[in-house]
Amino acid sequence: MPRDNSIKKVLMIGSGPIVIGQAAEFDYAGTQACRSLKEEGVEVVLLNSNPATIMTDKDIADRVYIEPLTVEVVEQLILKEKPDSVLPTLGGQAGLNLAMELEERGFLKEHNVRLIGTTAETIKKAEDRLMFKETMEKIGEPIAASLVVENVADGLAFANKIGYPVVLRPAYTLGGSGGGIANNSHQMVEILENGLRLSRVGQVLVERCISGWKEIEYEVMRDGNGNCITVCNMENIDPVGVHTGDSIVVAPSQTLGDKEYQMLRTSALNIISELGITGGCNVQYALHPDTFEYCVIEVNPRVSRSSALASKATGYPIAKVAAKIALGYTLDEIKNAITQKTYASFEPMLDYCVVKIPRLPFDKFISAKRTLSTQMKATGEVMSICDNFEGALMKAIRSLEQHVDCLLSYDFSELDDEELEEQLYIVDDMRIWRIAEALRRNMSYELIHDITRIDKWFIDKIAILTEMEHKLQTKPLTPELLKEAKRIEFSDEVIARLTGKRECEIHALRHEYGIVAAYKMVDTCAAEFAAETPYYYSVYGSENEAIRTTGRKKVLVLGSGPIRIGQGIEFDFCSVHCTWAFSKEGYETIIVNNNPETVSTDFDIADKLYFEPLTPEDVESIVDIEKPDGAVVQFGGQTAIKLTESLMKMGVPILGTSAENVDKAEDRELFDEILEECEIPRPTGGTVFTAEEAKEVANRLGYPVLVRPSYVLGGQGMQIAINDHDIDEFIGIINRIAQDHPILVDKYLQGKEIEVDAVCDGEDILIPGIMEHIERAGIHSGDSISVYPAQSLCQSAKDKIAEYTRRLAKSLHVIGMINIQFIVCGADDVYVIEVNPRSSRTVPYISKVTGIPIVPLAAQVIIGHKLRELGYTSGLQPEADYVAVKMPVFSFEKIHDADISLGPEMKSTGECLGIAKTFDEALYKAFIGAGIRLPKFKNMIMTVREGDKEEAVEIGRRFASIGYRIFATQGTADALNGAGVKAIAVRKIEQESPNLLDLILGHEIDLVIDTPPQGAEHSRDGFVIRRNAIETGVNVLTAMDTARALITSLENTDMQKLTLIDIAKV
Amino acid sequence: MKAFLILEDGTVFTGTSIGSTREMISEIVFNTSMTGYLEVLTDPSYAGQAVVMTYPLIGNYGITPDMESKKAWPDGYIVRELSRMPSNFRSEGTIQRFLKSHDIPGIAGIDTRALTKILREKGTMNGMITTNAGYDLKTILPRLKAYTVGDVVSKVTCQEKSTLAGDGMKVALLDLGAKNNIAKSLNDRGCEVTIYPAHTSAEEIISSNPDGIMLSNGPGDPSVCTSIIEEIKKLYHTDIPIFAICLGHQLMALATGASTYKLKYGHRGGNHPVKDLETNRVYISSQNHGYAVDTDSVDKTVARPAFVNVNDGTNEGLSYVGKHIFTVQFHPEACPGPQDSGYLFDRFISMMGGAK
Repeated sequence: MPRDNSIKKVLMIGSGPIVIGQAAEFDYAGTQACRSLKEEGVEVVLLNSNPATIMTDKDIADRVYIEPLTVEVVEQLILKEKPDSVLPTLGGQAGLNLAMELEERGFLKEHNVRLIGTTAETIKKAEDRLMFKETMEKIGEPIAASLVVENVADGLAFANKIGYPVVLRPAYTLGGSGGGIANNSHQMVEILENGLRLSRVGQVLVERCISGWKEIEYEVMRDGNGNCITVCNMENIDPVGVHTGDSIVVAPSQTLGDKEYQMLRTSALNIISELGITGGCNVQYALHPDTFEYCVIEVNPRVSRSSALASKATGYPIAKVAAKIALGYTLDEIKNAITQKTYASFEPMLDYCVVKIPRLPFDKFISAKRTLSTQMKATGEVMSICDNFEGALMKAIRSLEQHVDCLLSYDFSELDDEELEEQLYIVDDMRIWRIAEALRRNMSYELIHDITRIDKWFIDKIAILTEMEHKLQTKPLTPELLKEAKRIEFSDEVIARLTGKRECEIHALRHEYGIVAAYKMVDTCAAEFAAETPYYYSVYGSENEAIRTTGRKKVLVLGSGPIRIGQGIEFDFCSVHCTWAFSKEGYETIIVNNNPETVSTDFDIADKLYFEPLTPEDVESIVDIEKPDGAVVQFGGQTAIKLTESLMKMGVPILGTSAENVDKAEDRELFDEILEECEIPRPTGGTVFTAEEAKEVANRLGYPVLVRPSYVLGGQGMQIAINDHDIDEFIGIINRIAQDHPILVDKYLQGKEIEVDAVCDGEDILIPGIMEHIERAGIHSGDSISVYPAQSLCQSAKDKIAEYTRRLAKSLHVIGMINIQFIVCGADDVYVIEVNPRSSRTVPYISKVTGIPIVPLAAQVIIGHKLRELGYTSGLQPEADYVAVKMPVFSFEKIHDADISLGPEMKSTGECLGIAKTFDEALYKAFIGAGIRLPKFKNMIMTVREGDKEEAVEIGRRFASIGYRIFATQGTADALNGAGVKAIAVRKIEQESPNLLDLILGHEIDLVIDTPPQGAEHSRDGFVIRRNAIETGVNVLTAMDTARALITSLENTDMQKLTLIDIAKV
Repeated sequence: MKAFLILEDGTVFTGTSIGSTREMISEIVFNTSMTGYLEVLTDPSYAGQAVVMTYPLIGNYGITPDMESKKAWPDGYIVRELSRMPSNFRSEGTIQRFLKSHDIPGIAGIDTRALTKILREKGTMNGMITTNAGYDLKTILPRLKAYTVGDVVSKVTCQEKSTLAGDGMKVALLDLGAKNNIAKSLNDRGCEVTIYPAHTSAEEIISSNPDGIMLSNGPGDPSVCTSIIEEIKKLYHTDIPIFAICLGHQLMALATGASTYKLKYGHRGGNHPVKDLETNRVYISSQNHGYAVDTDSVDKTVARPAFVNVNDGTNEGLSYVGKHIFTVQFHPEACPGPQDSGYLFDRFISMMGGAK
């Protein structure tokens, strides 16, 4: 069927801010789909509230709206832009839910807009628990015994009938929000109540527990003519019970025979056909390990995280093909972009093995439970490719950047056998390390399997790795042994540790024996056809295929690895734009990255893609083959920056700011010299290694002080200490991981926090704008609400900031990007607190709102162009006509026991933007975009620390005047009442009912304002209040400045009509 | 023990010996299926060939009761890695032991992707697997060049006829090297299936009064099966509905005046798209063939193309004009591979007059 020519203008809805369960994969899918539509001459209107995405670039869509994802906004946008169609299946669950709501309201029909791709009816059949169950029963596809309930009593009755444990799955939520396994009626009530509330339609599925079965997924495509194919199947190493997003996954399945494989494949095709899906779809199965019995767990009638993984694992561009199908094409009419010979109507065949490991945020949330369940907790993931499973697992482990590089990295050697056996029951992110320890002690496969339900095939593979550890520890390192260790991807560093040699010795030995990495191509077809797209992975002991070269100058772009708190999608945005800019300048571009969710690892972004860990050794192997003319490290976040020194040792020139100057910004003493030279003040401080030294410095400066490790991103380990006790605790936490660099202790200044990104060509410096944080210093910049242009700075402060930026860029000899954070105390006392000679989190946002293409400019400057010849003037640019507010978005409800109070360590997972002509409207949009839609019940709770009481009165008064009823703890209530603001005192949580907790759990509270005391001594009370509030879906603010911003925005809720702004025209 | 794979073009791969250590010469072909290694090993169509598995991890789920015939047929087996410990609830043993007990020589630990690329670029070629480290290319290469597959159908077909009971249609299945699942697919649909040796005369089959005749898959060059072709000609001239798969499809084409040719490196795997030219639907099919029917040689008054390969446009099926005969190049019986085209057995049943 040829393309449907009546489709001329399509609205694509993105997935909004990055939250756990909905991450960069939708930027990847959305970007690919937009490009695929534009290729066909379709005009694309894009709506996404997330400014850090590539899909919200004007190069990607024709009209770009970074506006809140609400029904009202979409309706308004449709009226304004008049698209003929909406493509809802490429923007994750958020986009899909919005489109469904519009369809249900009849709005689309009324305005002659149609949903293309999968129909609304199909989406309903797949997403609505009851309709799905009926559909599966109709075609005889088994599902676990289940019942959709809308109240707790029905749920309890059904669970009693089918027996515990039961699994609870709320309908229409992301990443299994609010779901879980209940082992008894007590747990049942707890999880069910919560799930009913979180579900968009108030439904929860109660189902037979199939935990322990094999979890298998199929990625399926279907076109309008009914042609179906499966792109790939995947097997979770963690059996059913752990969310697939938190499981270690292997592709293709390893322990299924052809009978099982085809049985489930046929089932998946039957399902996609019956549902009538046109596009991509994901079907999840539970397969009984000892029979052919299976259950369909879930169908996602859209592209998903798994389809991003399947695309990268096979080379098959699912989103691109899904977009073409939406336009009417059939699979046999769409060319396979990888081979350029075959068509999309075939099934990829792998001749390698792919392993995905989730990136879990427990390094950020030290207090959080590490347990994994049906509720997803991972912020990101890494993928690796190898021709054997062991190697793929080892590569994935060292891609995580979590101080792990082999199966010895978590040490369980101190447990006795009994304790170890006991701990094997724990399902968390360290499980495979425990299994490895058990295998080292010769625990039987049988027993390990009985406890973990992990298939023995995987256990044996882990055993092969532990056996190799033992051989390296005990046997002479012969060429054969070394070769075998490298075949299963032991890094030189690990081999060195195990053999008691030095890493450089292993490196030298390898080269002496000719044991070097070779690169194979991901070609979708197991070499049956010649492929055009150079997408490579490394193996040892094979022929190298990466030999193609263009003769152009080569640049190596280092990616930013897995999405984690502190280093998110922003850095992928930067890497991709850098690559495109170099490409435009005639360079051959080479990307190295290991994140399957991102645009940078799409097959046609760079001239060559190496899907590899970002460690010095892995990068060196690529450098040996490619011999690049230079490497760019300033766009890949801290991951890339960390490789600078190693790249220099390999003889690869660092393009842009030199490594030496990067070092100057990070090294405290060198940096102090520069500041002195430039006559720029900074908070006083010192560098230390031990708690004793830290206390000495702190007492000299006077508390409070800021304590943090150097060379980290996202403020990891950064804390405000108010006394010696805090110092002991914080230094202890930091030193849990051996520090190569000193710890910084600075005087803590509570002023306005200001941020600047700039591009410098060595002479001129371009400052697109000044961003001001709503929250005062002390809260990590990534967790602060950031406003451009700065609203409360006087001209002389702005001038100082611009001048200091210029001086710093010059004296650090910055070529390319620089990011500086300032504190402004009083009217214009400007202090520098941090300088990063690299791209930052704010770059995508500031580029979009100022219309200045910062990354391409920086790339051109790095290549050697001058800002002036590129048409830009030096200095601070005139302020834009718009105000933009970047709002952090958190995923606290997903991480049990994580403390949500904000501080110097970053905790947000994503961000959204509010852009408008006025500050108030921008702020309002930003809050709505972040999902804070108030008022509802007009009840709020305030409990603030002593120092905040004065401000609490002002804020309380404003809330009261818009009709809020204020509940407060005794001290806060006294302060409020004393100042004439009516507040109802409530008992603390340890006191008898009714108390604070009852109030929160009563589900009629809109907002909790709780500012915890500074320092380590966080009260258990506050923690419990905040956790309970978050888990019951109540908004919690832990900083007075945020609360003030919120009330300012609420005072302006009379704005019924928002002005939608096309960013592409800014 | 070390083993060597020597190709006709002089390329030598060094790996580890698996299965039998005897020396073998054969035609080297590759299969891209990711599962179904046991079905591949027991598919009689591989007689006279040594198979390279492009998927690197073989033997993961051990030996299950999924044999497509009584024994393993390939002359040799070439893999990247054999799993040292299989895991599956139906596993009855390891592939290592299976290869030994079926006396199949093989080689593991070689760069199967590099080998596949050679076969893709230069076309299917002959090769030798040997454990003799003192091999002498000068004497071996002429032997490799001289090797031909020859008449393998006689080797793989059954010796005596046998019957699978059923109370539906009576089907005569001519066993040219049939996979079990062809008979089973018919039998599962209620057919009584009588399996005949390849060299059975047409008269014998016709006199048994079948409701339909099924021509199976099988190994080798179709054009050497001259006597069978003569018998098939006679079957063509009856009014009995006929369905043919793979070699059966090629022989029917040859019997009606069309010609066949050898593909550069064949189609072997479970991912080949074939388009049903009547409905324009595309199905993913299981394939295993080195020869194809030349579409241009088909007399349009005799047969029309019914299926075409979406990747390379080669013929994948014929529908015979004025006859109840249709034939396909791919494998609707799957095993291994996708079951998407299993509906063709239903089509055959309705062609015979529907279920009884």
